Amino acid sequence: MMDEDDPMAEIRASFFVECEELLEALQDGLQIMDDGEADDETINVVFRAVHSIKGGAGAFGLEDLVRFAHQFESVLDGVRSGTIEADRNAISIFFQSGDILGDLVRAARDDDIADENRIQGVMSSLTSMLGADAQEDEAEEDVSDFQPMGLSLDLGLDIGGNDAPALPDLPDPGAPPAPASTVVFEDGYTIHFLPDSSLYASGNEPLHLLRLLREMGDLDVTCDSSALPSLSELDEEKSYLSWTIHLITDEDEEAVRDVFDFVADLCTLTISGSEKPAPRGPAPDTPPPPTTSDDISTPQDSTSASLNSTSTSKAAAALNTNKTPDVKAPPPPASPPSASKKPVAPSASKSNKPRPTVRVDLERIDRLVNLVGELVINQAMISQSVAEAGLQTNSAVSEGLDEFMQLTRDIQDSVMMIRAQPVKSLFQRMSRIVREASSMVGKSVRLKTEGDATEIDKTVIERLADPLTHMIRNAVDHGIESPQDRLAAGKPEEGIVTLSAGHRSGRVIVEVVDDGAGINRERVLQIAIEKGLVAENAELTDSEIDNLLFMPGFSTASEVSDLSGRGVGMDVVKSAILSLGGRVTIQSNPGSGTIFTISLPLTLAVLDGMVINVASQTLVVPLSTITETLTLMGPDIRALGPQTNVIKVRDSFVPLLDLGFELGFRAPLDSYVGSIALLIAQEDGDHAALIVDSIQDQRQVVIKGLQDTFGQVPGVAAATILGDGKIALILDPVDVVANADGRTQPVQSNLQLAG
Amino acid sequence: MSETQNQIDSTEIELLTFQVGGQEYAIDIMSVREIRGWSKATPLPHAPNFVRGVINLRGTVLTIVDLADRLGMGRTDTKERNVIIVVHTGIETVGLLVDAVSDILAVNKSELQPPPEMAADNEQAFVSALMIAGERMVRILALPAALPSENTEAA
Repeated sequence: MMDEDDPMAEIRASFFVECEELLEALQDGLQIMDDGEADDETINVVFRAVHSIKGGAGAFGLEDLVRFAHQFESVLDGVRSGTIEADRNAISIFFQSGDILGDLVRAARDDDIADENRIQGVMSSLTSMLGADAQEDEAEEDVSDFQPMGLSLDLGLDIGGNDAPALPDLPDPGAPPAPASTVVFEDGYTIHFLPDSSLYASGNEPLHLLRLLREMGDLDVTCDSSALPSLSELDEEKSYLSWTIHLITDEDEEAVRDVFDFVADLCTLTISGSEKPAPRGPAPDTPPPPTTSDDISTPQDSTSASLNSTSTSKAAAALNTNKTPDVKAPPPPASPPSASKKPVAPSASKSNKPRPTVRVDLERIDRLVNLVGELVINQAMISQSVAEAGLQTNSAVSEGLDEFMQLTRDIQDSVMMIRAQPVKSLFQRMSRIVREASSMVGKSVRLKTEGDATEIDKTVIERLADPLTHMIRNAVDHGIESPQDRLAAGKPEEGIVTLSAGHRSGRVIVEVVDDGAGINRERVLQIAIEKGLVAENAELTDSEIDNLLFMPGFSTASEVSDLSGRGVGMDVVKSAILSLGGRVTIQSNPGSGTIFTISLPLTLAVLDGMVINVASQTLVVPLSTITETLTLMGPDIRALGPQTNVIKVRDSFVPLLDLGFELGFRAPLDSYVGSIALLIAQEDGDHAALIVDSIQDQRQVVIKGLQDTFGQVPGVAAATILGDGKIALILDPVDVVANADGRTQPVQSNLQLAG
Repeated sequence: MSETQNQIDSTEIELLTFQVGGQEYAIDIMSVREIRGWSKATPLPHAPNFVRGVINLRGTVLTIVDLADRLGMGRTDTKERNVIIVVHTGIETVGLLVDAVSDILAVNKSELQPPPEMAADNEQAFVSALMIAGERMVRILALPAALPSENTEAA
């Protein structure tokens, strides 16, 4: 960490935070270029990201970073001006440069040394791209020009036009600060919109319609005020203005018409498609592009101001200052012509609408999360006391409590959302892994990401990085075939690894999909037998064989490569994911690839659990691990050995475990007839039955770590606080089963059932 | 030893004395966070015997060490009168189950005597110093040694 006393330290720290964001923007831009969907703006974004990093680095005297960023920037500038072509090869170098820029930033932040050889390698690639005409331009001057960046929250990346001025705020805070760029219509709709007076009378408002349109795409609006009479003849209840709107959007005409749905019979409306107006300056007297959004507000403000003074009080009363004056009374003719021309700033596509954000210390959020946890517990305690006091359910107290409960839950959800982060940053890191891994094994692999806006708890994201890295490497190393094999199999030479995230029934599903050869089950089985992981004559189903990959000490790589294949890996991946309360499954189709599916809880702070009693202790069992509950009948229980029992569940036998005994709370009972058993699903799909005394409730509990106070307790995942203020342990049933003794008959011996 | 240094006068320390299994012990008052009445602890499976379990201390999970059991004097038979001393060692916070809290003594460090080597009592590993208070002998508890984290790895 930085020295607290150093005033620069804080600025420095925020520079590095900002660098991370710039690097992310850089990655995004490069990805778009790589996908071949780049436009002029993309290269600008990329250029600006590098430029901003260079600027900040210059201010802090980070020489290495400046030198590299400068070179990178020069090449990007070449691309921007068209002297360098951004082909596949170039983009690949850009990606590497982006990685190195990231390395250098991190090295500078942690006072570390970046890999000099790699930098030189990429640096020379960049230099060669600049070619002979690499003007030794004024690096020194450039650097000294820069002001320290990195203090504003708004990165300015969203601003269109290269050096566009900062956009003034729109009058409507909900409206996106739309980037301005020169509007060239290529395709779109031309809409003529002439409102009737009745439109205003019914409380509709053209400005709102225009705003709706602006959200659909790029918009250019011209207002026709030619019908305006002079002020003396003006009837403030009449409609005089009409608009011609050019809209570029991906939406179909139906969607455009829908905007006018409510006013369709209150106006004269024509919508025609695909008119190609020439690039137009919005109005002769408005400033040339970049068209900024204050064009929309300034004239209105002035007109409505004049309106307030000139028009009748009736009309004025109906208006508030920011509303368009067209509601009841058109602007007086004295208003400047620009008032009638309304070039609405075209909005960027929905995805890059910048939202105002606040950076908050994670510690503060954690504290808030903790407090909310307390609130939830407290609320449970109050509920319990109210219930114990025997108050009627329709009493004021109970009703108030219900509302309180609802609020608590809402607060909890909102707080959890603060902690949630999009997986995008994680996925971006993975694209680097793919690049490095694929170049190392000489394969051409491309990472496709889907659902990177999916939000997961920050802690989950952090702890997902390692296992995911491993899985991605595995997919590149083992999953994707060599280029020759791919071509021979009739596949494109370039392999594709898809990384996707999404929400499914209250959990987050992350999938790593490769389009490789799939799992070679014969070989997997053979290796497993060689390594003694399974018996020689074992009959395994396909999915059982696939799951062998997760066994400790298993590796199929015939030779240990740099990347993977040291035989540690998938089992570590699996345990890392399990420790997050997640599950991982494999699905493989020979010839067409393998899908690894990780299912994760949304948050690590709360959990849905079943509250149970055993040996007069109250415990919580995570609901996700219980597949069913049953009451044991006499014939269900069969003795397996002198000390162990199994139970018959439909057509299979499941080991019977006494939870009270396994936790050391009591000796095995004489008989389990009539006991309640929880059927626990294990990782390999097998089940085990845990005997409990009674099931109390099913509820959300707040997870409290035990690690801080007592380290890892076998069979226990965490603790929680119940409504009575007592601590209940949250079981890790899978761990309990794995370490189980298995004794369910009160006999003395040491025979054990393998866990 | 893990006394939090008394910042005013380093030669003088204040000790909280308490009764465990009929003996009088003391710890530096700077490591004491609070003293609270006994409430039933939730037992932890597979924990050493001297760990009585965990209790809810205003939302945090607090491990309770039965000090008498830890010092080899047998499990405390908990009654209403028993007291939990919540101590903080800089790394962790733990509750010590004791019989009763007696007194606060201000003593000069020079009054503390090193305990004699007595191999027969393994409890002496938990005593860092001895002192005389009136007619009584007070044992200064070596706090880190008595806490579970030191020994659970082995246990």
